[in-house]
Amino acid sequence: MIGGLFIYNHKGEVLISRVYRDDIGRNAVDAFRVNVIHARQQVRSPVTNIARTSFFHVKRSNIWLAAVTKQNVNAAMVFEFLYKMCDVMAAYFGKISEENIKNNFVLIYELLDEILDFGYPQNSETGALKTFITQQGIKGQHQTKEEQSQITSQVTGQIGWRREGIKYRRNELFLDVLESVNLLMSPQGQVLSAHVSGRVVMKSYLSGMPECKFGMNDKIVIDKQGKGGTTDDPGKSELGGSGKQSIAIDDCTFHQCVRLSKFDSERSISFIPPDGEYELMRYRTTKDIILPFRVIPLVREVGRTKLEVKVVIKSNFKPSLLAQKIEVRIPTPLNTSGVQVICMKGKAKYKASENAIVWKIKRMAGMKESQISAEIELLPTNDKKKWARPPISMNFEVPFAPSGLKVRYLKVFESKLNYSDHDVIKWVRYIGRSGIYETRC
Amino acid sequence: MPAVSKGDGMRGLAVFISDIRNCKSKEAEIKRINKELANIRSKFKGDKALDGYSKKKYVCKLLFIFLLGHDIDFGHMEAVNLLSSNKYTEKQIGYLFISVLVNSNSELIRLINNAIKNDLSSRNPTFMCLALHCIANVGSREMAEAFAGEIPRILVAGDTMDSVKQSAALCLLRLYKTSPDLVLMGEWTSRVVHLLNDQHMGVVTAAISLITCLSQKNPDEFKTCVSLAVSRLSRIVSSASTDLQDYTYYFVPAPWLSCKLLRLLQCYPPPEDGAVKGRLVECLETILNKAQEPPKSKKVQHSNAKNAILFEAISLIIHYDSEPNLLVRACNQLGQFLQHRETNLRYLALESMCTLASSEFSHEAVKTHIETVINALKTERDVSVRQRAADLLYAMCDRSNAKQIVAEMLSYLETADYSIREEMVLKVAILAEKYAVDYSWYVDTILNLIRIAGDYVSEEVWYRVIQIVINRDDVQGYAAKTVFEALQAPACHENMVKVGGYILGEFGNLIAGDPRSSPLVQFNLLHSKFHLCSVPTRALLLSAYIKFINLFPETKSTIQEVLRSDSQIRNSDVELQQRAVEYLKLSSIASTDVLATVLEEMPPFPERESSILAKLKKKKGPGAVSVNELEEGKREGGELNGGGERGGDNSAIATSNASTPSPSADLLGLRAGPPVTAAAPSAGSLLVDVFSEAGVNDDGFLSSAPPSVVSEDPAPPLPESNELLNKFVCKNNGVLFENQLLQIGIKSEYRQNLGRMYLFYGNKTSVQFVTFSTTVTCPGELQSQLNVQSKPVEPLIEGGAQVQQVINIECLTDFSDAPLLNIKFRYGGALQNLTLKLPVTINKFFQPTEMASHDFFQRWKQLSLPQQEAQKIFKANHAMDTEVLKAKLLGLGMALLENVDPNPENFVCAGVIQTKAQQVGSLLRLEPKRASSDVPINRAQQ
Repeated sequence: MIGGLFIYNHKGEVLISRVYRDDIGRNAVDAFRVNVIHARQQVRSPVTNIARTSFFHVKRSNIWLAAVTKQNVNAAMVFEFLYKMCDVMAAYFGKISEENIKNNFVLIYELLDEILDFGYPQNSETGALKTFITQQGIKGQHQTKEEQSQITSQVTGQIGWRREGIKYRRNELFLDVLESVNLLMSPQGQVLSAHVSGRVVMKSYLSGMPECKFGMNDKIVIDKQGKGGTTDDPGKSELGGSGKQSIAIDDCTFHQCVRLSKFDSERSISFIPPDGEYELMRYRTTKDIILPFRVIPLVREVGRTKLEVKVVIKSNFKPSLLAQKIEVRIPTPLNTSGVQVICMKGKAKYKASENAIVWKIKRMAGMKESQISAEIELLPTNDKKKWARPPISMNFEVPFAPSGLKVRYLKVFESKLNYSDHDVIKWVRYIGRSGIYETRC
Repeated sequence: MPAVSKGDGMRGLAVFISDIRNCKSKEAEIKRINKELANIRSKFKGDKALDGYSKKKYVCKLLFIFLLGHDIDFGHMEAVNLLSSNKYTEKQIGYLFISVLVNSNSELIRLINNAIKNDLSSRNPTFMCLALHCIANVGSREMAEAFAGEIPRILVAGDTMDSVKQSAALCLLRLYKTSPDLVLMGEWTSRVVHLLNDQHMGVVTAAISLITCLSQKNPDEFKTCVSLAVSRLSRIVSSASTDLQDYTYYFVPAPWLSCKLLRLLQCYPPPEDGAVKGRLVECLETILNKAQEPPKSKKVQHSNAKNAILFEAISLIIHYDSEPNLLVRACNQLGQFLQHRETNLRYLALESMCTLASSEFSHEAVKTHIETVINALKTERDVSVRQRAADLLYAMCDRSNAKQIVAEMLSYLETADYSIREEMVLKVAILAEKYAVDYSWYVDTILNLIRIAGDYVSEEVWYRVIQIVINRDDVQGYAAKTVFEALQAPACHENMVKVGGYILGEFGNLIAGDPRSSPLVQFNLLHSKFHLCSVPTRALLLSAYIKFINLFPETKSTIQEVLRSDSQIRNSDVELQQRAVEYLKLSSIASTDVLATVLEEMPPFPERESSILAKLKKKKGPGAVSVNELEEGKREGGELNGGGERGGDNSAIATSNASTPSPSADLLGLRAGPPVTAAAPSAGSLLVDVFSEAGVNDDGFLSSAPPSVVSEDPAPPLPESNELLNKFVCKNNGVLFENQLLQIGIKSEYRQNLGRMYLFYGNKTSVQFVTFSTTVTCPGELQSQLNVQSKPVEPLIEGGAQVQQVINIECLTDFSDAPLLNIKFRYGGALQNLTLKLPVTINKFFQPTEMASHDFFQRWKQLSLPQQEAQKIFKANHAMDTEVLKAKLLGLGMALLENVDPNPENFVCAGVIQTKAQQVGSLLRLEPKRASSDVPINRAQQ
């Protein structure tokens, strides 16, 4: 179990130090600073073992969060906790920065007391926490005994993530499908590896204790329905026009509110949602991925002192859609002494500090193409080392899900209060972003 | 050095460095550096030529980036360009970059070498110095090749500036250290030596480093430097503190130079020239005198410098080791330092005294400080100083003060630091053994040692105690008593239990008379420790128990009960389980006779170098010991382990040994115990012989031919030579007779005047022998000399079967004939009659005795009467192999005495013939003459 938790700033000064168990001494704080933060070589492993003590760390901008233990704990659990901890802090005071942590240190200690008990993670649901850990401070006389006992029963009850008696005038529901698409492509255009990792994020403003049911074009569900329904009508496509009917999900995880037993037996996703924003599910697909962009590189070495680079990008989606925030990063050799760039669209610049040419395009419609060409001058070196030619990477944002996922329905049932599924206003949005989207050159 | 102009401040560099220092994270730093590198690249690439200033600035930045730990793969060319600049600062930066970043890149090295060459041949001293420094800093082989010839010329040229000479000397030293084969001093030797006479002290200081290094390699060539060094030293020592101006350091004239001179002199033996020697002794006396003078300054630097010279002088005195007067004075001076309040001084004094103690002249003088040293051992706060004090005590110990020193070290051990405990323990153990006057003191000391610092007592130490106790029968009783008392402590160390188990197992009977230490009490005491011990110790204890059964038959039932308990006989450890099972069976099946033989007292260990000493040598670390010695140490260690195993496994060995003589050899199935043969070779003494013989016999006594007989055997005093008999002179087992019907094997063992012989009659045919009978007769006067009893054998031997007969022999007095064995049987109706001589010769009743060289020859001379002496010269039929001869002589039954005869070729043996009537000591000398291959044998009897 977690023995202690420390938060450091970038210099290695301790901002928060909370020790839960006796086997963690004060020197553990210094050990982590000396061996990880100030390490001569950059420490890349998130788990470090120093003197039979394990340190698990995550970094948020310049802030280090480190969980310490002497026992053999489940590392995935510790990291899950650390990420949750980041979410909770972000929910309370926004960005995790040194200043914010210093300003809210009392709150953080309060939170730590609540979400970790003797090193065992407890309820870390923001919605629930916010009912009894507030930033304004609680005035004792205002909170009646009833309210207190209500909090207690809710926190310890079966549905810890939602309190009773929520009321909205407008029952509204926002659904975001956020995907990031990862790709490694050979110079000839062969896909070496590609996968999409996606999340379904939900923001719900619903009254009472509604029961929700979420449906998407999961291959297994669609196939089952196809068998059960009319056999000669497989192309019954209410699903979008991309031609793809269903997607194969490799693996997925759910928010704790989802009834897993029902998912296991019927593969239907039903739940009582928490109030506000939360992540309903996470998934990953590897088959039939729509690659929004194709990068065609052309690199030619002219003698020892010159390099000619030409890169063409093609957008590969419906012309009606617009991709945004496109950025192509073309690495340059380490002995670059000068760069000339010509591009038809957007802006391109040689960034010496990053050893790369960065080409930015604000918007680009589907089924278009654009190109950049650059002349790179090189300084002859006496080193025999050849340039490793790192891959060209790309960033973008597109308004569809590259995995092909479609939301089929989201039904809301609330039996006690009198509003029906039709009364709820529902919003769905798809955003596809680039993860590590690289093409070798 | 030219003044640094304002423009040389290099603002750009300062800005860059401060930028980097202000970076918040590693990533930011890398970004900044990448940006700067790109900038420098574009600058270097740019078409317009850079001026010297900006080139210097960018090279500086590159250097800084490199020192931050980033790779630099360009800019070398620009740095080389800087070398040809005329400005000092630009040249300096260029050289700096080259020194730090040069790699053996062929094209650049040529350019660099060229630039260096230009600078060396310029008349500008600062440029020459820069070039020399660069050569010394890089010190690569290429540079040595290019400049090794040039630099000595600069060094000895008359018109070279002093500062350049200094640099040149040190540069040459560096090149000599990296590639000695390229630096050939030949023609320059005498002129380099004469640099010791240089006016400039700096040059002398630099040159002396070079000369010291060179003269260590070839002392003869530089011999002349001794007299020059002595005269230089005497000039410095006798100069007033103000004479040497710049080279006086806190009122001490030229301390560094003096130290180096003294160190140079330590490379050579004392000068032979009387005048030079006189002058040197005078110098040393002056230095010793100066130490007595009141300090001229209270500053610590003053005393440091003075003491540095003094310690070097003392090292020189110790190195010469020929001036008793100086040695004693040095010792007294060190004695004063022993009580100095400076810890460093005390440390150095103790260290120097250690070497002084080994000199015969000053050993006594050192011993006078024993109280101070003991005090230091007790009260010093610094562990390294205490360590030195312990070393010194060890070095100054001799017979006169051994008891005191050992007692002090023992009492210190209780509070000693963990880091030096093991070494201390070894030292105490060695001193106790080396200077032991009476062995009870030794036993006391070691047992105390184990009690105080049991954890640090290595195996070797307790093996040694046991070896000594076994070899000295005068301490055995005392040891048993002491061990018994020590074991009564409620908590005693496992090593103590081991020693206790072993000694009580062997000599428990010596104290069993006392009702307080009756057998049962002893056993209970040992067994109370059993459960707290590790597996090897438990194994040892089990062996001790079975020995108890032999020593005290009354404990048999108790011990059997213990062996039979589940925790022993079903122990999860295989070794323990096997021992328990075997010992239990052995104790219940074997007769007391067999038990007594099997569990006989261990024979004395062969004397060899104290194992502890070897251990201490090893512990001193690889720094002091060469690889070779280390390996030897390891081998020694291995041997020790073997020896130790033998010590620990005594009864296991004894039991397996029993398989040879035991009438029912396979009864216990002990033959399957392979560790015996594994352990046997390491025991490396008489025992080996027995084992190997037994081993051969086990497989070979039915089928294989008897080992070939070498007739260079010392001839037995038998009137007629009998082939069958002869081969059994030196061995006890083998095939006595064989024809197509019958094979007779023999096994015999002798103890004092008693012998037992097992005869195995094997029927080689498929038909049974009937009316098989044997009789043993003693013809003539043998009847009164030898008492032979044989048990009857079964009259029927089936085809392929074997019967056994036991014959007991007692030697009444000396004899020369052999008893006869008559065998009669019917084979297919035909009567077979056979008469053989039994191989019983007088030498079978030899008891080997050890004696020292002068004892031997004294006795040898006493046996001068003709009837007491026998000599025989005979020709060797075979090539003489020392090892074979040794084995034969050992087989004869006498003890082979090593290092007795002045001629190592000769073999000398001694033994006592045990008969019932008397005991006859006899000595033997075998003088092999290689050339004539005559072997004269001398044999003396009393």
